[in-house]
Amino acid sequence: MLMLLLLLLPLIGGIALFLLKGISSSLAKNITLGVSLLTFLGGLLVYRQYQATPSLEIKYGWIPSLAINFHLGLDGISLLLVLLTTFLVPLIVLSTFRQTYANASVFYALILLTEVALIGVFTAKDIFLFYFFFEAALVPVYFLAAVWGGKNAASVTFKMFVYTIFGSLFLLVAIIYLYMQGQTANIQELAVTAKALPTTTQGLLFWAFLVAFAIKMPILPFHSWQPAAYSESPTPATMLLSGLLSKMGVYGLIRILLPLAPLGVSTYATFTMAFSIAGLIYGSVLAIQQNNIKRLIAYSSFAHVGLMAAGILTGNLSGLQGALIQMIAHAVNAVGLFFIVKIIYDRTGTRDLAALGGITQKTPALSIYFMVILLGSVALPLTNGFVGEFLLLKGIYDYNAWLGAIAGLTIILGAVYMLRLMQRSMFGESNEVTAKFEDVKGSEVAVLLPITLIVLAMGIFPNFFLQLTEPAAQTILDLIK
Amino acid sequence: MYPIIALSITGLVTLFLGFIPTKKHLLPATLLFILVAFAVNFLDWNKPGFYFYEMLEVNNMGLLFSAIILLTGALVMALSGGFLDDEHAQPAEYYALVQFSLAGAIMMATYSNLLMLFIGIEILSVALYVLTGSDKRNIRGNEAAIKYFLMGSFATGILLFGIAMFFGASNSFDIYDMAAYINQTNDAPIYLWIGITFMLIGLLFKVSAAPFHFWTPDVYEGAPTIFTTFMSTVVKTAGFAAIYKILDVAFSQVYTFWWVMVVGMTVLSLFIGNITAVYQQSFKRMLAYSSISHAGYLLMAVVGFSKQSDASIAFYSIAYTLATISAFGVLMAVSKDNLVNGRPDERISVLNGLAKKDGFLAFVLAVSMLSLAGIPLTAGFWGKFFVFSDVAHKGYIWLMLVAILMSAVGIYYYFKPIIAAYMKESDGNTIQVRPIYKLILGLTTIGTILFGILPNIVRGIL
Repeated sequence: MLMLLLLLLPLIGGIALFLLKGISSSLAKNITLGVSLLTFLGGLLVYRQYQATPSLEIKYGWIPSLAINFHLGLDGISLLLVLLTTFLVPLIVLSTFRQTYANASVFYALILLTEVALIGVFTAKDIFLFYFFFEAALVPVYFLAAVWGGKNAASVTFKMFVYTIFGSLFLLVAIIYLYMQGQTANIQELAVTAKALPTTTQGLLFWAFLVAFAIKMPILPFHSWQPAAYSESPTPATMLLSGLLSKMGVYGLIRILLPLAPLGVSTYATFTMAFSIAGLIYGSVLAIQQNNIKRLIAYSSFAHVGLMAAGILTGNLSGLQGALIQMIAHAVNAVGLFFIVKIIYDRTGTRDLAALGGITQKTPALSIYFMVILLGSVALPLTNGFVGEFLLLKGIYDYNAWLGAIAGLTIILGAVYMLRLMQRSMFGESNEVTAKFEDVKGSEVAVLLPITLIVLAMGIFPNFFLQLTEPAAQTILDLIK
Repeated sequence: MYPIIALSITGLVTLFLGFIPTKKHLLPATLLFILVAFAVNFLDWNKPGFYFYEMLEVNNMGLLFSAIILLTGALVMALSGGFLDDEHAQPAEYYALVQFSLAGAIMMATYSNLLMLFIGIEILSVALYVLTGSDKRNIRGNEAAIKYFLMGSFATGILLFGIAMFFGASNSFDIYDMAAYINQTNDAPIYLWIGITFMLIGLLFKVSAAPFHFWTPDVYEGAPTIFTTFMSTVVKTAGFAAIYKILDVAFSQVYTFWWVMVVGMTVLSLFIGNITAVYQQSFKRMLAYSSISHAGYLLMAVVGFSKQSDASIAFYSIAYTLATISAFGVLMAVSKDNLVNGRPDERISVLNGLAKKDGFLAFVLAVSMLSLAGIPLTAGFWGKFFVFSDVAHKGYIWLMLVAILMSAVGIYYYFKPIIAAYMKESDGNTIQVRPIYKLILGLTTIGTILFGILPNIVRGIL
């Protein structure tokens, strides 16, 4: 029941904001923050409930004649991602507190509706419900990005929309096919059906699933929509896209691709991993060459999800666990980094690395937050990125030593582009653009501080997260054995 | 059966009401009449049976289709605003013709004898030929009416020819007798097959399935928008109800014969409708081609031919109808005050900056386009889902793939109006929206979302 509340709270909040069109921007912000904080609280309560009874489920008939149910459930993986979503949305809302958007209530309503869809995706147990939320999540984000975005937003976000919907349509074909075979829409029961299918069929299913999720994440060669979309969108939409929506793709790999096309995975995993690792290298190299800091982070996101995809496709526990930890770490870090980019842009009016420099001297606090989050992204030990990347690289190495060795380059390349970013923007002599840079305060600290703490907490106590996801990860691996 | 009688009477009454000098009462009266027909429609609910010497058959499915047709008629007519702005209009005649055509549409949904089907089609079509050309001073309207009339009567001729052929083979016009005949005969005469083919061609012309679609864009564009809306929704629902009924009752034994034809037309409709729609500048023409593509999706439900296909067709018709009324309603509200050469501007660019001028209309437009494109949260998604799973159930995965590719193309053009409304700069003109528009468009939008979230409503009713 509490789980349903997690969906209903932001849904009601979102609809209410839609209807309260005329209210002032600050009121809309506060309502949204309140609702999203309540939802986070709900998430924590669900976590407590989960500790008592580890199998939470609710199920209502949705289209009874077709055996399609409104079926939600939580295991460790879902719970972790729900907590992540409910944790990040208030921060994303807070990150907009110093800015006024036109039609603010609609803007915030769309953020809350995105949250509903995300929580739906992460908890759906019925494959059609999953698909429903998976596609529905795109609609509010599309409008956020397109209407409030930069001057090229219309064409860029349109490309994103068409691209991702196109991928999702393959997903739809695959799930309708599976559903016809199994006469059930329950993902777990479908796994049994899928296992019995011949190898060629599973191979086709594999590609259909992969295309959908690969576009969403995105991994090479389906990434062409991503850098432009991330940099043209308003920052809250970018945060949602890189922090949470890309995780739907990763989650889909874990929840749908692995159990529903196991033989496809074992046949094509190496090939696909080669692609995603190539994307990782490619994204890193492009990130090194970027002078636009928002684009730089966008490419680094592209590189990071490539590594996660490779880890999941290994089908071993450390790869999977690593991907799960890295999903959380990357989401938190991406939100933090995009926020810092926004802070820099708001104060200097530029995102060009060449024009920046010397910010550190004026801003001790921002520098510390930036450094910690950046080190998390670089995967320094004792930060969140380290745990995830270590497990991922171990998993990939166990699967194929060569791929593992190439993927290991990510540590070096990541350090290069991130430290270059830090050095060019923050260090050095200040110039007229950065001379009057104010340090962060108020709502900005309220965003950066929790993120920084999570970066460190996950790095120092990774066991909490690993234990939470291990049984669920093991269940999925057992399904495909 | 009752709504046919009711509408025939009220249609005549409406003609006489036209003698009263003030025209204000005509619209409320018409709406009342249609709603009365809607109410009496349900007198037969759960009482399946035959009427008029077994020429009409009522069952819940037929009544559901009748209900959809009547509600569509009421919603569309409410948008007409009584034709009070136009001094040359003849509202009494228009409304009477609309009621007659609704009666014809209901015959098409509930017939059990091919003569009844033929009469229904004729009543519907003749009324529509007139309504298409009702704006006498518009040369495009006249062209459209003549085109529609010539091609329509030709198609009716083909249908009649098919019926005659079939009568020659089976000695009956009754679709149940035809089914019995097909069941018994082992070597059917060639003219039976010709009959089936010609009947299908005649019917598919009415729903503008390719390759019988050539009239659609010109007629949709030339007709006054209010009647385009009426035509694109009511005719499609009634036409598919009729097609499904004859295939289900009479020709289900010879599925292997007609499915090849239907599959061919499905694929053609999907390709021609979607791909041509991409190139349209006019919103009305774009919706005309989109209507061809939706005929293709609806035909998929026919190809998927199972016990659930009628529910799929009903659901799809509802989804398509709601979205189409929204889309044309927004177009009418916006283009009314934007004249180009004295005619309402119906290009997609007229929607530019709509979100800033009137957020409500922009929202209605966005929801309707998303629904036509088949994005989740809207009824259109489930409509597509049901027909896709129907064909998948039959094992035509390739057809589903084609349809899915074409849906991706669809997203491209359905987003043009959305982008125009939300991301283009406006010309600064303000729009006056009548309260009745807000009400009707609000209803269709809520309906679209409601059916998008609770898709079981239709199946639950049956």
